[in-house]
Amino acid sequence: MTRLRRYALRFIGLGYLGVLLAAPVGLVFQRAFQDGFGAAWDAVTTPAAKHALVVTLIIAAIAVPANTIFGIVCAIAIVRHRFPGKNVVNVIVDLPLALSPIVVGLAFLLLFGTDGWLADLPFDVVFALPGMVLATIFVSLPFVVREVVPVLREIGTEQEQAAATLGAGGWQIFRRVTFPAIRWAVAYGVVLTTARALGEFGAISVVSGRLIGKTESLTLHVEERYQSFDYVGAYAASVLLAMLAIATLVAMTVFRPKEETR
Amino acid sequence: MLAQGLATAYLSLIVLLPLAALVWHAAGGGVDDFRAAVTDPQAVSALRLTLVASVAVALINAVMGTIVAWILVRDRFPGQSIVNVLVDLPFALPTIVAGLTLLTLYGPTSPVNVDVAFSRTAVLLALLFVTLPFVIRTVQPVLLELDREMEEAAASLGAGSFQIFRRIILPNLFPAILSGVALAFARAIGEFGALVLITGNLPFETEVASVYIFGRIESGDPRSAAAVSVVLLLITFLALLLIGALRRRVTRHDAVA
Amino acid sequence: MSRRILLPVVLALAAAAVTAISLNGGGAQARTQDSKLTLVAYSTPREAYAKIIPEFQKTAKGKDVSFEQSYGSSGEQARAVRSGLKADIVSLSLEPDITTLVKAGLVNPKWKQNKWEGIVTRSVVVFAVRKGNPKKIKDWEDLVRKDVDVVTPNVQTSGGAKWNVMAAYGAMRKKGRTHKQAVAYLRNLYKHVVSQDKSARESLQTFLAGRGDVLLAYENEAFFANSKGQDVPYVIPKATIRIENPVAIVKTSKNKALGGAFLNFLRSAKAQQIYGQNGYRPLVPSVLKQFKYPVRPWLFTIKSLGGWAKVDKQFFDPNTGIVTKIQKETG
Repeated sequence: MTRLRRYALRFIGLGYLGVLLAAPVGLVFQRAFQDGFGAAWDAVTTPAAKHALVVTLIIAAIAVPANTIFGIVCAIAIVRHRFPGKNVVNVIVDLPLALSPIVVGLAFLLLFGTDGWLADLPFDVVFALPGMVLATIFVSLPFVVREVVPVLREIGTEQEQAAATLGAGGWQIFRRVTFPAIRWAVAYGVVLTTARALGEFGAISVVSGRLIGKTESLTLHVEERYQSFDYVGAYAASVLLAMLAIATLVAMTVFRPKEETR
Repeated sequence: MLAQGLATAYLSLIVLLPLAALVWHAAGGGVDDFRAAVTDPQAVSALRLTLVASVAVALINAVMGTIVAWILVRDRFPGQSIVNVLVDLPFALPTIVAGLTLLTLYGPTSPVNVDVAFSRTAVLLALLFVTLPFVIRTVQPVLLELDREMEEAAASLGAGSFQIFRRIILPNLFPAILSGVALAFARAIGEFGALVLITGNLPFETEVASVYIFGRIESGDPRSAAAVSVVLLLITFLALLLIGALRRRVTRHDAVA
Repeated sequence: MSRRILLPVVLALAAAAVTAISLNGGGAQARTQDSKLTLVAYSTPREAYAKIIPEFQKTAKGKDVSFEQSYGSSGEQARAVRSGLKADIVSLSLEPDITTLVKAGLVNPKWKQNKWEGIVTRSVVVFAVRKGNPKKIKDWEDLVRKDVDVVTPNVQTSGGAKWNVMAAYGAMRKKGRTHKQAVAYLRNLYKHVVSQDKSARESLQTFLAGRGDVLLAYENEAFFANSKGQDVPYVIPKATIRIENPVAIVKTSKNKALGGAFLNFLRSAKAQQIYGQNGYRPLVPSVLKQFKYPVRPWLFTIKSLGGWAKVDKQFFDPNTGIVTKIQKETG
């Protein structure tokens, strides 16, 4: 490859990333702090902002473990067992990746809202935290499964079978043979799930009710601040979310399956 | 047994039940209501814009994503590992923040006087942002694994770099590119948060399907919303099936002997 | 060894605990007789309520009452309440949004039967213009000049849009036109409309982003934007409509008496003063005097046009409404 071609490709590729990614994100950081760190800090520690952060964290704290446990269980079921409808399960697990978050929110609204099939439960689902948690679980469902399945396939059953013949019970096998083999895949899946859960906006917009302190997430808070002309507030909250995102990125790099890194 | 049962139960409750409610409501008013909802001019306009934009974005990603993957694998430059990490940022960043960041730089308060807010360019821009990582990440591992021997052999036989790329490298990359394109397309078609602030959501101009559906929900017309959602779902499935079929065909025709 | 089991168990327990806490916070509270009021309101009075609520909590009736608040666009909030958002009090932008709640059985049909007719604040429809008003837009006739583009929200989703349209229609009637002529004016007006956002706030954003020459807006929305550092000069035409913002108690509330006390407080001098400071025209005359809101010679009310029940059906019915038809014509 000639030097010219190399530089041209580099220029095009990096230019694309710069224009699309680096410049906008950099500007938001600059705007957030343009009135000084104090102003940004004040904006992000208002009661509404703090509540929003707590709501977001609580939702993630429920959705991520739930999807992790499910993800491992489901991956094992898909790879190790035969059962009717296995292919269907495969498709369903990938479904959340193809659905618009608005459609997800609508589906939950139709299920649990007034006139829905499950409208009369003893506790509130939509317009309350459970609805937001369910919607978030939905959209962040696939990641752990998709990361664990290929690894499970690859490691094969030999070790597990060997352990069984040596008298190990099911849980022991999982704990000492299976899980150690998949734990990095699980970790990577958890990071992806967390990123998705923290950043959810569309589905939550529909089922939220925007109760300050209860169902207003940090992402909804960003939108609300922007609509109220409080740009510093919007940017500051965005920076907070961006930093959470970057922390996720770093974790992704650490846990990424080895074949993908240089 | 327990594992399967649990998995199925979890899936059913969280995924299938809400979707069933969606489809049921969409069909609830009968065929006429459904047809009226999905042939509403505003709905059709929104669906068309969504489809066209998503296809455009998928194609752009196929090209640019491959280029970026290339320079991350086959090139060396300072800061490369940082760039590699940042490529995932659009995935990790909340969509509303993505929209806000684009609006800041390319909207009315742009410091470089580029204002594409409230235009279809804004739609493309936002979608390109959120779909950035997909093709890159599916192509990278394949590029890494590629056996260079073929390329070197071809070069020693006198093939030019472009020929080598077209006839040796690209066929091997093609399935991965298609996988990435499928992911990008599915993501673009349903995108909401990144578009909400920057496009102005102008009916018939910059309103995409997800925003239209949201508008129907807000107007207290969930039935129309559900109907258009079902159409959107069908379009997505069709596209994914097509891409999947294409991918299988391409993988079978091993271009490299 | 046991650490391996411990971790997932701890995680599961933590998840369960957080679930329990959140479920408790979400559902149980609505069923106990806590002194809590949930206020679901449209977005503009948010800062006003931020000040009014503490003042209410200083009074005897308001002592130890906690508040939950939700703000969004008026139609969106009404929709949420209809779909299950539990509210005690709704404070919305216009009467038809409350009417949808009456129809859903969530608000008493007699909610308007008090001395304030259900209203809590007032405003007027104004023209927001560009700095210096370069196109010299002063009155309704200017809106249909060849070189003028108008921004107004979509009547299908925005209450504010309905106020704007009725202001236009009513202004024509006030100037002596017949119903037919006034409708012809509306048709002409819509030919100049360049954007139809979902809500009043969004149309303000669109205008601020550079679209259009004039925005039909509420006076208090323009005030709000100005107070937040945006530059929104506005002109009040001679003939304009009095905007009336209603409040009501939700029938399913567990704290109706408390809600009633809060509603009464909203009409007290103290609360009205706070509204006034936030761009609204107070209901109470003595408080209104403290603010210098321009009086318009040809101010009219929705009542003079037949009241919302009649007007909503006549103009905005999704199938037969006059404006609905105009919208379809002008595409």
